[in-house]
Amino acid sequence: MAAVQTRSERALNRLAIAAVLVITLLFLAPIYWITSTAFKPRNLATTIPPTVVFEPEISPFVKLFTKRSQLRTAPEPEDYAAAPWWERLVFDGGEKVVRSGRGEVQLSGYPNRFMNSLIVAITSTVLAVSMGTFTAYGFSRFKMKGEADLLFFILSTRMLPPVVVAIPMFLMYRAVGLNDTHWGLIILYTAFNLSFSVWLMKGFIDEIPKEYEEAALVDGYTRLQAFFKIVLPEAATGIAATAVFCFITAWNEYAFALIMTNRRAQTAPPFIPSQVGSGLPDWTVIAAGTFLFLLPVAIFTFLLRNHLLRGMSFGAIRK
Amino acid sequence: MTQIELRGIEKNFGAVQVIKNLNLAIADNEFIVLLGQSGCGKTTTLRAIAGLETVDEGDILIDGQPVQHLKASHRDIAFVFQSFSLYPHMTVFENIAFPLRATRGNRTDIEREVQAVAKTLQITHLLAKRPSALSGGDMQRVAIGRALVRRPKAMLMDEPIGALDAKLREEMRAEIKRLHIKQGSTTIYVTHDQVEAMSLADRIVVMHEGVLQQVGTPHEVYARPANMFVAQFVGSPVMNMAEVTVSADTGHARVQVWDASTAFDFPSSVTAQLAAAGAENGNVTLGVRPEGVLVSREAREGFVPVEAHIIEPLGSHDIVDLQVGAQMLRARTKSGFVARPGEAVWARINPAQAHFFDSSTGTSFGIRL
Repeated sequence: MAAVQTRSERALNRLAIAAVLVITLLFLAPIYWITSTAFKPRNLATTIPPTVVFEPEISPFVKLFTKRSQLRTAPEPEDYAAAPWWERLVFDGGEKVVRSGRGEVQLSGYPNRFMNSLIVAITSTVLAVSMGTFTAYGFSRFKMKGEADLLFFILSTRMLPPVVVAIPMFLMYRAVGLNDTHWGLIILYTAFNLSFSVWLMKGFIDEIPKEYEEAALVDGYTRLQAFFKIVLPEAATGIAATAVFCFITAWNEYAFALIMTNRRAQTAPPFIPSQVGSGLPDWTVIAAGTFLFLLPVAIFTFLLRNHLLRGMSFGAIRK
Repeated sequence: MTQIELRGIEKNFGAVQVIKNLNLAIADNEFIVLLGQSGCGKTTTLRAIAGLETVDEGDILIDGQPVQHLKASHRDIAFVFQSFSLYPHMTVFENIAFPLRATRGNRTDIEREVQAVAKTLQITHLLAKRPSALSGGDMQRVAIGRALVRRPKAMLMDEPIGALDAKLREEMRAEIKRLHIKQGSTTIYVTHDQVEAMSLADRIVVMHEGVLQQVGTPHEVYARPANMFVAQFVGSPVMNMAEVTVSADTGHARVQVWDASTAFDFPSSVTAQLAAAGAENGNVTLGVRPEGVLVSREAREGFVPVEAHIIEPLGSHDIVDLQVGAQMLRARTKSGFVARPGEAVWARINPAQAHFFDSSTGTSFGIRL
């Protein structure tokens, strides 16, 4: 770039920055919308024009985690007085918290679904990345017949839109009893992510010079030891990048989760919209559920951001 | 105490035969340099000895034990790579300690050994650093340290200083030599640089297209090349090569170079020696290094008139192209001896530095005058 900018260059520069700002705002708008709705009082959630200034409330989250029923009449004053602060928030919204016969608060389906999402996404990510790393190592380091064909075959599993096989998959899963199980979804997501993981990891491992392992081999290590002591640490960046992509795919997957699960193993994505249908939709609760659902991916990506940045530019620096 | 022996090694990569019936015996403490152009099979040979490459045929013996079926990790041999291959995620200390940790030695022993090696190589101040913070020369010192620390049976080095710049290369060359004299371990060193080979080797092994060409001390390889390939590969500038016709004259022999009208004087014994070696005119190539071409500025007995062409001043001496017939004979002179191109001078070939080769096979007739 020229050290001295002309006036037109400066103007162009400002224009570019403005454009980037506009695009960024556009992309952040839905996130702002969800986040703000998650903290709005119910009556302000659907106003036209949208309410921008409001006093944030925690009540959507209380409602999100509890099982509630509509109140026909106002609560008894003594009940209201005896209730803890969070239960009063529910009363204020014209609902009451459902309690068991022994007076225990009943949880909503959300925490359970959220845990299911975590279990399924983390397990399938670990499986896809570790299997992908091993496979990629094999492809990268050993000569074999039909190597290119095999790699193409692995990639070709991604060419069919997955939803096309949803119904046959459902029938097969039902036949072997995998429907509505954690393992059912884990296997599905692992299979789906594996081809991606193999290809991405192969790129990263190809970048690691073979001499590193050969040095370890002559220094008295077995190939497996060399793999764990040399290749894995060197591939950490690639593993992190691959893991983020696999996690996001598994975490956000909607269609198969909707078809394959309904209660026990249901994940958050199909659960959140299912709440729209019960009675009058409470958008604040849905927004609260979505807001919490966004957090793990955001945190995961934030923690691995340095690896991700290096991962994105892999091949550009090393040689 | 490590002897290495290669017996009838053959290796193919697909249809390409990269090593052809290689036989070589390496004595204990010997510094052997495998010298050849890229693709001549020298690196493959080295990797086969290390166990990083399998061989298709033949035996590799270390101290009399065949090892060709042993894994690299069981051969107790150290390897220094051209790329250094230091592990970027480990410190220098951890890099050097890495081979010791394979055998799970205890911590204080490892610490002591690493410190000792670091001291020998004068890299103690670098131990806490990561390889990325090192200069090329220091990286190679660390790589050599990693190879030495285990006290392996033999050290194998694959162009260890090929990636360094010229000045550093010279420095490291001296350092490697000093280290070998001090530590005295059997070393096999691969290079394509004949200067490196000459300066380091106890014996040089010249390879070409997978075939061993000559094994000998640097002096033997330089002064008595076994064939035309070795003659031209070793030595700089390259040896002059010319098809010659030898004829007997009264009291001496006349050697006609190429189609030149003039001929050089040789002792008369050359005709008999050539005949005894089975050489026939039309099949003899004369080789003479530039320092074997004597140049005079005035006509002298036994010198033929030639014309100087290009002069390359190299500081300590000049290399002068002399036109003989239609071709050039390169001569080495004192610097400034021939003042300018186009000058008429007189040249002679020193018979003691002449080599005669079979033109068709390239083999030396082994004639010494």
